[in-house]
Amino acid sequence: MGSFVKVGMADYKIARAPDKLITAGLGSCIGICLWDTRGQVGALAHIMLPSGELSRGISHNQAKFADMALDMVLGDLRQDGIATNRLIAKIAGGAQMFKFLGESDIMKIGLRNVQAVEENLKKHNIKMVAKDVGGSMGRTIVFDPATGELLIKTLGNGERVI
Amino acid sequence: MVYIGDLSSMQLDALREIGNIGAGNAATALAQLIQAKIDMNVPRVKILAFDAVPELVGGADRHIIGVYLNVGGSVSSNILFMLPFEEAVVLVDLLLGQQIGTTRADTLGELELSAMREMGNIIAATYLNALAVFTGLTFIPSVPALAIDMAGSVLDAILAKFGEVADHVLLLETCFKKEEHKVVGHFFMLPEPEALDTILSALGVNE
Repeated sequence: MGSFVKVGMADYKIARAPDKLITAGLGSCIGICLWDTRGQVGALAHIMLPSGELSRGISHNQAKFADMALDMVLGDLRQDGIATNRLIAKIAGGAQMFKFLGESDIMKIGLRNVQAVEENLKKHNIKMVAKDVGGSMGRTIVFDPATGELLIKTLGNGERVI
Repeated sequence: MVYIGDLSSMQLDALREIGNIGAGNAATALAQLIQAKIDMNVPRVKILAFDAVPELVGGADRHIIGVYLNVGGSVSSNILFMLPFEEAVVLVDLLLGQQIGTTRADTLGELELSAMREMGNIIAATYLNALAVFTGLTFIPSVPALAIDMAGSVLDAILAKFGEVADHVLLLETCFKKEEHKVVGHFFMLPEPEALDTILSALGVNE
């Protein structure tokens, strides 16, 4: 039996089957799942913001940014001998949890995260094979490096696998 | 600008004291609303990494309701009142004068949602009024926004506002309790980084 590797907000982890990667309570954040199509290795990054350019050099934890988190994960995978061209991606999250906040930035952050993640995957030529994004519900996701399946759990909308 | 990691213990004490004044009044308002006794813990000032914040309310996938208000005026900040879902429905029943157990996940209508928003609104307004009197600063809260979902998902967009310039967030936390010390709700105020200077100056501890 494998164990569950927990990924916190603004963090990323790499795991091998039979272990699974889990991150809980994604709202506007996004879980980026990368799967090695040859080996049974997966990576999960839990990002909060679109781009590290906004950080004004003050922030130290770069794993919270879509662009920088992806660079870091890909670097670690390469060190494990996994080339970027062997990877496919699935993403989930990017919701808008609060409905009555007008056109404030807090309302759009989920959408901006989705766009940034898609652009950065494209930049690295990683094919995004599935996504479950947007809406107004939280998501807890479980990524299985054995199969590449991504289980998405919600409180009001049941579960699905992509 | 003051960085939260550089705050002195005297400054943290001063922040804790304004949390205390605000929360004391808010607890009274909540008790009057639901006509039940409400206790609160001594407010805490915490500086936390983002992923530690959902742990304060029982973990990122805990089913909660969150009422959020964006606060403008002389001090930009954020207010969040979070309650475990099963406690929130009890408070709604008390507020609406109905038998406890009437409001359930499958019977939530506009009236119940409105009651939840109003609860957060009154508590936040009471808290801010006390702060305004004490500090002489102006606080202008937005209309309350409501989310009912996993704790992490309700918090992350708010935490993201801080993420661009920091890895940690400073928050004033008060825990409201009903009989048998059962937690009914967590009240958080998160001043934006630029607002700390203003608050500390108003309190006379911004040296």
